[in-house]
Amino acid sequence: MINDFLYMNGYGSYVWSSFAFTFFSFSVLYIIIKIQYIKERNKFISKFGALNSEKAQVARNQNINKEILSRSQSI
Amino acid sequence: MFKFLNPSRIYLITSKAPKYIMPLFIVVFSIGLVEALILSPEDYKQSHSVRIMYVHVPAAWITLGIFSSITILSLSGYIFKNKNFFIIAKSLAPSGLVFNIIALVTGSIWGKPTWGTWWAWDARITSMLILVLFYLMFLLAWRIYEDKEEVFKITTIITIFGIINVPIIKYSVDWWNTLHQPASINILSKSSIHSSMLLPLIIMTAAFALFSLLIFLMKYNTELIKIKNKGLDRL
Repeated sequence: MINDFLYMNGYGSYVWSSFAFTFFSFSVLYIIIKIQYIKERNKFISKFGALNSEKAQVARNQNINKEILSRSQSI
Repeated sequence: MFKFLNPSRIYLITSKAPKYIMPLFIVVFSIGLVEALILSPEDYKQSHSVRIMYVHVPAAWITLGIFSSITILSLSGYIFKNKNFFIIAKSLAPSGLVFNIIALVTGSIWGKPTWGTWWAWDARITSMLILVLFYLMFLLAWRIYEDKEEVFKITTIITIFGIINVPIIKYSVDWWNTLHQPASINILSKSSIHSSMLLPLIIMTAAFALFSLLIFLMKYNTELIKIKNKGLDRL
């Protein structure tokens, strides 16, 4: 039964390779975008850490900056 | 006029949304896979190779939808002088390109058992290949040009030329004699596809749409942080 499911009347290689390519493309795209996000966020955190207290206070007044800093774990 | 499109306000929503979209995508995609690979029937003519349709067709629909959205956003950005429209358009492009490539590759794999060839310079396939080139030009323009005003202008021009190709893709199977079959699903008239095949197709389309939304949100958040990084430099 499993063999029939995989073989699909001789079309298995076409069907499985199509689904595998789709899954592979999804995974690659997700990983690339996630890496870009983490890189940019880490850059922000290190730049923020390098600010003097006066500038950091100005930056902290913006909601978006607070939100970026608070989301250091998740996306 | 577009105060609601303030990036700071949007970020409060877009930064939280992916953690809800991701599990929803996994659930819908899993249901779609079970429907597409196990529950849906084989075709009387194409047998099991018809299952390729469940990845090929949603990918093609979504890439066309994304390119049309990018064009509307770029034009709106240019008309209303709103930078955020361009950032949204830029964030949509990577998933549009990947779906376009998926549609071409899975179409090619489907072509071998159906037409006996991996590739044909057929009107539908060629116009889809041209769309990949427009996506690449759009993304490359963002990488090449430093000046924002220049990149806004060039990407808008690329999308205006690219959108001419979209109706050509849609109607190529009606206008020319092509290997590609005509549309089986019509919004305005009766569809020729059976409901047992339509259901998995709809579920897979929903899953693909959720995935493109997820990628868009992640990319958009990255772009906003990039802008904020430049803002920190200016402090």
